[in-house]
Amino acid sequence: MKAPILKQGPYLIASLQPELTDTDLLQLQEALVEQVGRFRSRGIILDVTTLDVMDSFATRTLRNIAQAVGLRGAEAVIVGIRPEVAFAMVQLGLDLRLSGVQTTLDLEEALAILDRQHKELGRRG
Amino acid sequence: MADVVRVAIRSDADIVMVRQQARVLARELGFSTSDLTLIATALSELARNIVEYAHGGEIILSRIKEGDRCGFVIIARDNGPGIADVERAMQDGYSTGTGLGLGLPGTKRLMDEFEITSGIGQGTTVRVTKWVR
Repeated sequence: MKAPILKQGPYLIASLQPELTDTDLLQLQEALVEQVGRFRSRGIILDVTTLDVMDSFATRTLRNIAQAVGLRGAEAVIVGIRPEVAFAMVQLGLDLRLSGVQTTLDLEEALAILDRQHKELGRRG
Repeated sequence: MADVVRVAIRSDADIVMVRQQARVLARELGFSTSDLTLIATALSELARNIVEYAHGGEIILSRIKEGDRCGFVIIARDNGPGIADVERAMQDGYSTGTGLGLGLPGTKRLMDEFEITSGIGQGTTVRVTKWVR
């Protein structure tokens, strides 16, 4: 597995590497959706800090991961889209937020968002 | 480094590889980090089209000089089925494959110049240029 998945309490954290191929991304997608069930995770964090390109395939796959884990009861947050990558995505016509995917600048903020949602869920349930 | 590099594109691993080669070539021309990312993203879309629709082709990367300006040219060529309706393929959201339909129109927005030649049974050639600002 080229994108290691770390378990951090009720969350899973995946760090995406620049040399990931489409096949690797699809493997990551499968692994995350499966592990969310196995570990009863409440959230996943997709760290893209080191990615120097996010093309339409990568964006679509990240969106699919977010939606699929959402159906499995976990929230997804994408962390660390670089400024130049953000600009290229906009030019290309990709906006992850339009499909309801949460994004933050760093890991700390992502964990804070997930903690907040996790607590709210606990209060309701 | 040579000014023209040809890379055969057959699988998704080639997409990653050609992107890395382009980055090295384009960086030497003096592109900004932002422009390098735009080039890499456009290249990624073009290479993926070759893998997805033509199951193979090639990408030719070259550095050009025109007067006192320098540019980076990407030619993506395949002998695949070709595009029946090029005009339609250039519209956002139109796709016959599994993509978002942003590949070709998106690539055009990322680069300074864009030309496409395609016809049924004749394959597809896309030529894009980015000039150093």
